This record gives sequence, structure tokens and C-alpha cells, in this order.
Amino acid sequence: MHLILFLVFAAFCLAGAVNLLLQSHPISSALSLVVVMTSLAVLYLLLGAEFLAAAQVIVYAGAIMVLFTFVVMLLNAGREERTLGSRAYAIVGFPAIVAILAVIATIILHTHGFGAVALRQGITSTQDLSRVLFTSLLLPFEVTSVLILIAILGAVALARRGDGERTAGN
Amino acid sequence: MNPAYSNLLQHDVPLSWYLLLSAALFSLGVVGFLIKRNLITVFMSIELMLNGVNLSFVAFAHQWHAVKGQIFVFFVMMVAAAEAAVGLAIIIAVFRARATLAVDRIDLMKL
Amino acid sequence: MSGMNVPATIDQIFILFTHWAASFFPPAFRPLIGVLLGVAGIISVFPALFALTVLFERKGLGRIQNRYGPNRVGPFGLFQPIADGVKALIKEDIVPFSADAVVHFLAPIVFLTAVFMGYAVLPVGRNMELVNLDAGLLFFFAMSATSELSVFMAGWSSRNKFSLLGAMRAVAQMISYEVPLLLSSVAVVMIAGSLSLPKIIAQQNQYTGQFPHWYIFTPWGLAAAFMYAIAATAETNRSPFDLPEAESELTAGYHTEYSSMKFAMFFMSEYGNMITVGCVATLMFLGGWTSPFGNLIPLPNNIVLQALIPIFWFVLKVFSFLFLYVWVRGTLPRFRYDQLMNFGWRYLMPLAILNIVGTSFWLAYR
Repeated sequence: MHLILFLVFAAFCLAGAVNLLLQSHPISSALSLVVVMTSLAVLYLLLGAEFLAAAQVIVYAGAIMVLFTFVVMLLNAGREERTLGSRAYAIVGFPAIVAILAVIATIILHTHGFGAVALRQGITSTQDLSRVLFTSLLLPFEVTSVLILIAILGAVALARRGDGERTAGN
Repeated sequence: MNPAYSNLLQHDVPLSWYLLLSAALFSLGVVGFLIKRNLITVFMSIELMLNGVNLSFVAFAHQWHAVKGQIFVFFVMMVAAAEAAVGLAIIIAVFRARATLAVDRIDLMKL
Repeated sequence: MSGMNVPATIDQIFILFTHWAASFFPPAFRPLIGVLLGVAGIISVFPALFALTVLFERKGLGRIQNRYGPNRVGPFGLFQPIADGVKALIKEDIVPFSADAVVHFLAPIVFLTAVFMGYAVLPVGRNMELVNLDAGLLFFFAMSATSELSVFMAGWSSRNKFSLLGAMRAVAQMISYEVPLLLSSVAVVMIAGSLSLPKIIAQQNQYTGQFPHWYIFTPWGLAAAFMYAIAATAETNRSPFDLPEAESELTAGYHTEYSSMKFAMFFMSEYGNMITVGCVATLMFLGGWTSPFGNLIPLPNNIVLQALIPIFWFVLKVFSFLFLYVWVRGTLPRFRYDQLMNFGWRYLMPLAILNIVGTSFWLAYR
């Protein structure tokens, strides 16, 4: 059961990631990324992280990707163009990444001591998570909330159209 | 029923498969970062890389029953959200200045 | 300290049935069969509830507007949903030529899937939830977050300016009102001490004398219930927050270019969303399947009735919440879009945060 679920959702992840690379329109890439994120949420559920799976869907697929699609809509981003530079990068990039992936895969496969993941064991309860988050990791938690506040202020300040701003159209 | 099939259904997944998937997602993110020519798609590849790393963290958190692994993923998500907000605001500002989102045209400081 | 004395075996009726059905299959397949039976149960029950809700709304709106609702098909118009379904099935399915075919096809499916996934964690009776997730309430909100993306997919793929505008408005409204929705439920989670829905109900299944401990009878619970009701109305794009699909404004908003069965799927998903949100409101504030009478009404000795009575209370409460929805739709005029966003961000969200602060003080000094 676990094997079949893992294979199906890992296939969805990889298909979505490859589709992100192959599509030329940013919206199609964004929707493929949403597929990757929801499949990852299912994989987190298989690994026993229930709270994280729900948080992944709410934060990543439900908020960040909506933000991405809004920006694509706002800027009316069209299809990408294929230039000489992009073809050169594709010719050099793909083999390089295959090489990096091969190195990482060799390291992973030659390490002993990784067990197997068993379904329905090691399910983290929300209480355990929150006990650690609010006692020993309280400072990073509060700092993260300040960080998000700073990000909101920064985003509003950066994206605002100032008075008499010189744009490429003027 | 064929014992090979029932073994398949009751098989557990080795942890290294989760780590391989995480490495594959990360590499695909790096490829996307290098070959894509649209600024927003490059940014999406960065998010793909972050997601790959998150999977690694959760896999190890399961392996060693360490809740702190999952909390780190939580923090990575928060930082990714903040980074997405600010990054997209910067992209909007760049678009207003250059009227294009193609990476090849935004590579000079001169307008 | 429960008010109802239900023997243990009858709660397990679904579990026993699942075990009996799965015993016909080899052991490797049994978890899968159990899950499939649960999913089949949900898929068969909730569309029937959807049909009843649509009829309820049309009759209710009709009576509010001083006319009969549909009353031609069947007694009191009870077979109207069947007639609507047959009409939707036999209509031609038109896909615009320049529409993005894959995304256009997938959008109603994603919406419907997200809504049905939300049903998985709802306990409709004692021990009658499909999955008892530890973070069940959060999973439910995750599913309602997924439905926003399908609205955007529908609007984008239609290549129609009205659809796109309607979709962007709808998504902006849904993500804005998701914040007060979640914040108002945080107050309930703080008092109940758990995100798991059966535990929240178990906390409310207590009686002082004959008065139930439902959270709506506490001051912070009442405030949270009001805010949740308002945020849920906006989240499901219902009047008075239904600007994204108002006919006089945007033709039909994000589902303009959809016809026949795909439109029926959007319709079903929207009403299904209403039902799930109503179910969660009754679970969090009205005590779910618990009876309001405690020990006043003596329970019949028939054990099947003792299993069905909690389900009856649950459905009654959900329909009273849906009646509230229909009543508000028939009574209030529509918000303008900027009034809507203003209200969500500048009034409802700070109030929800204040409610959380108040709840924490109450918890500290109890």
C-alpha cells in the first residue's frame, strides 16, 4: 500500500517538476508547481507529518502559488522566448545536473543505516510539535513572525507606484 | 493470490527513495533556475528547490523521531513565504522599470 | 460525563460493516477496501444532501420573496433536483475554441475533489468520521484553500475578460476571508485543546444539569461563531459577498464559459462547500452530534435508533445553519468589492485577533 502510494505521488511530483521546465508559459509552470506541492503534501502524510501536510497545502499551494499566479496575471507575462543564450544553457545545464544528481544518488545509496519508512508509525501529533515549538524554539518562532511583518512592509513599499516615477513607458 | 503481488502491497518504502526523490526535485529546480528565461519561472524553480529540501528534512525527522526536523520545515515554509512576497514585489518593480520579464534583457544596470 | 448512554458496539457499526466486507478479500487489500467503502459512502450521501440543499434554498428564497419555489415536479417540488440533473446531463458541453483545454477540463474536477476531501474528517455521529486525523480541522481548512486555486484555473482557462476578472476578484476575496475564518476557529481550538474534530465534540458533550456545554453559549464562542459565519459566507462566495458571480455585474464570473455538466459540477462544489462549512460550524460551535437536551428525553431501547439519533441532531443543526445562509441571501443586498475587502481586512480580522486575546485571558483566569 505504502509502496504504491509513494510511487504514484512521487511520479506526480517528478512529472510536475519536469512539466515546469518544459512549459513555456509561466501560468502552466505555476500550475505544475501546485501539482508538485500537493503531491509533496501527500508524501508528508505518508511520513507521519500531518500538521506539516496541512500547512504545506495552506501556505504553499493555497497562498504562495496564488501570489505567483496573481503576479503573472498582473504583469501579463507571455510565453518565453528562446534565445541563443537559453539554448547554450540547456545544452550545458542538463548534463551538469545529471552529473550532480548522480553524485548525490551515489552518496545516498552507499550510506547504510537508513531504515524503511513504515506507515502509521511515527505519526507526529500536533501537541508534540507545538510543545517543542513554543518552549525550546520560541525565539525563532517570534523572530519569524517579525520577519513576516517586515516582508509585508517591504512588499508594500517596493511594489507601490511612487509619485512621478520614471518607468520604461514614459 | 500471487505472493509476489501481496509482498508488493505490504512492502515498506526505504528511506533512501524519499531522499532520492528529494535530490531529484532539487536538481530539477537547479536546472530550471539555469535554463528558464522568464524571471517569474526562475523564481518558481527556487521554490521547487526549497520544497525538495523540505522533503529531505521530513524524511529524516521520521527516521530519527526528531520533531525539530518538522519544525525546521515549518520555518523554511515561513521564510519561503516572506521571500516570495518580497521577491515578487521586486519583480514588479523591475518590470515597471524595464517593461520586460526576460532574464536576458535585465542583465545590465544601464536602462 | 456524557449525557447519552450508548452501548459501545453500535458506535462501531460502520467499522464492523467494513471488517465484514473486507474479509472477502486477501489481507493485503483490506485497508484499501476499508478506505474505498468509506469513500463510496461519502460519495453517495453528500450529493443527496446537496440536492436537498438546492431545493431548500430555492423554496426558501421563493417564500422570502413572496412566491412559491419550484412546485411542479413531484410533491412540493421534491424531484426538482432530479430534473435539473437530467437537464445538465443532456445539454451540449461547449468548450471555447481558444480556451486552454486541459486546465478548462480540470478546474471543476479540482473544485469537486477539494470539497469532497473536506468531508473525510467530519464526524457525523459518534465515531462516524472517515479519518480521525490529529490535525483534522487544519486539514479541512487546507481543502478549502485548495478550492480557491480551482476558481482561478476556471477563470484563466476560459480566455474571457469577464471570467478572468471574476476569478481574480473571487480568489482575492477568498484568500482575504480565509484569515478571519482560521482566526475565529483558533479560539475554539484553544479552549478545546485539540485540532482533532472528535475531541472538540467530546469537550462539548458535557452537561451541567440539562444545559449543554456548547461553545456558542460562551461569550467568546458566540463572537467566534458570528465571525466564522460571516467569513464562511464570504469564503463560499455567497450573498451578500457574491460579487464574483453576480449576474448583473460579471455575467457569471469565473464559470461563464462552462456549460451543462461542468457547470453542474461547479454548482455542486459551491453548495458542497457551503455544506462542509456549515458542518464545521456545527462541530465547533453547536456541539456536532450531541443532543441539546441531555437526559431530559429518555432514549429508546432500540440500539439502531440510538445510533441514528446523533446523526439526526447533526443534520438538523447543519440545516439550521444552511437556513441562516438562505435567509441572509434573501434579505441583504450585495457588497461592493472595495467595501468587501475593507470589511474583511480592517474590521473582521482585528476583531478575530481580539477574540483570541480575550479567549486567552479567559483561559488564564478560569
